[in-house]
Amino acid sequence: MQSYVQIENASMVFNTKKGKFTALTDINLNIDQGEFIALIGHSGCGKSTLLNLVAGLLDATDGVLLLANKEIKGPGPERGVVFQNHSLLPWLTAFENVYLAVEKVFGCSETKAQLKARTSAVLELVGLTHAANKLPGEISGGMKQRVGIARALAMEPKVLLLDEPFGALDALTRAHLQDELMKIVAATKSTVIMVTHDVDEAVLLSDRIVMMTNGPAATIGEILTVDLPRPRERLQLAHDPKYHALRSEVLEFLYSRQMRPKEAA
Amino acid sequence: MNAVTINDRSLKEIMNAPETLALEPSNDPMPTARRTPLLETETGKRFIEGVLNLAKAAFPPLLGILFFVALWALVANTNKSIPGPVETWGAAVVLFSDPFYNNGPNDMGIGWNILNSLYRVGLGFGAAAIIGIPLGFMIGRFQFLNQMMSPIISILRPVSPLAWLPIGLLVLQKAEPASIWVIFISSIWPMVLNTAAGVQRIPQDYMNVARVLNLSEFKVFTKILFPAVLPYVLTGVRLSIGVAWLVIVAAEMLTGGVGIGFWVWDEWNNLNVAHIIIAIFVVGIVGLLLEQGLMLLAKRFSYD
Repeated sequence: MQSYVQIENASMVFNTKKGKFTALTDINLNIDQGEFIALIGHSGCGKSTLLNLVAGLLDATDGVLLLANKEIKGPGPERGVVFQNHSLLPWLTAFENVYLAVEKVFGCSETKAQLKARTSAVLELVGLTHAANKLPGEISGGMKQRVGIARALAMEPKVLLLDEPFGALDALTRAHLQDELMKIVAATKSTVIMVTHDVDEAVLLSDRIVMMTNGPAATIGEILTVDLPRPRERLQLAHDPKYHALRSEVLEFLYSRQMRPKEAA
Repeated sequence: MNAVTINDRSLKEIMNAPETLALEPSNDPMPTARRTPLLETETGKRFIEGVLNLAKAAFPPLLGILFFVALWALVANTNKSIPGPVETWGAAVVLFSDPFYNNGPNDMGIGWNILNSLYRVGLGFGAAAIIGIPLGFMIGRFQFLNQMMSPIISILRPVSPLAWLPIGLLVLQKAEPASIWVIFISSIWPMVLNTAAGVQRIPQDYMNVARVLNLSEFKVFTKILFPAVLPYVLTGVRLSIGVAWLVIVAAEMLTGGVGIGFWVWDEWNNLNVAHIIIAIFVVGIVGLLLEQGLMLLAKRFSYD
């Protein structure tokens, strides 16, 4: 069976003022439908760049990216992106922010009432029905991020792309949203690619952890399969030796084999 | 002799009048004290607190105005050609008691003069907004256009507004459109530059959202570009209207016709200094109102 997302020999070179900067080289990755992939690595290793290639926000300098056997050319609503800093439009309410996406994707085929029902349903899924008519400035960081997730989910994307979605949140809110994300993904059977620098998050959520080497010219160092049974329970995992083994394997990669490069200055 | 005694008495009156004004809030508890039971209720306490807060907020500005009026009175007292505050106040009362009389084009009420100036500012400024704001959007959106326009704008922007008047008179042949032209050309720049800066500063995140959603150009404009740039546009509008109102007085002095600027010049020829001082206050207060109105509007569209 062919993989759902195929990345073949992808590389990314940026033209900067100081000349060419190779961010990624030789990226080869196949992702199955319904799989949850975590991209982890030190900052500046190009994991967000890789996500943006799949999102279509950047064009690979070399190589091919395929989604369901079609080449990825430019961004599109079949790949829902949740941005690092929520990226909600501050002049639209939570409902309107989600509705904008719903209208774009289903506006041609459905009535207004159906579109509104869709929007309400997805806001209920992330537990924000009570805040639907609030502006982003009036709700907390965790709630904003949930609206961002709702907006991406509402498009019923083939792939859900998450760029450090919980990075800016406090630990308790983050844990809460991780649990919710697990439930949502289990319910929708979404294919997910998530960028993170949190080892626990990666082990808890994903089916495979893609570990990236340090940049420049970063590539995939190792891929670790997380064969913990689902549904996963945060508290039970804390006593699971397998969880700790996987966790230390990622830590081993990050801090022993890919030591953070010392700054030249 | 008579005038001097009036002046002396007026000085005392002025020195006293604002003081009583400043003390007024502290007098306020007196009437509430009469209704003693009300005072002990929550509303009564809140009322007193509100009055005290108002007094606290009003005291510094009132003190400033008091000092200003005192200084004015002092100057007027030493230099007899300048009318003092009371004399000016009297002239203003006469002037504003009949603001809309019309004895031919050279003798119209102050209200007509103000409205005529506002009309010219409105036309010139309106035309500048209609051209300047879309131009700013395009300059902000297209780098090529930006590079093309930037030398022209850099050269034309610092030119004194009145330097444009001869060109306007030459091309338009008439004083009225020439002064509107001066308003137009001097108030267009802040709107062009602020709008362009606003478009250039739209966070990349918002544009990424637009790209991921594949929004149409129309949706991008109405849902993202326009609301994101609106605060910048309003800043430009506010600066522009300030400039326009500054320039109109000078332009009207040169072109004549009915208007607050020409009225100042006319009163100078009549040696009616009190009216000139009144005109200064009128120009200042109208400018303040225009600015404050736009500030209120800008607050409505701020999402930070």
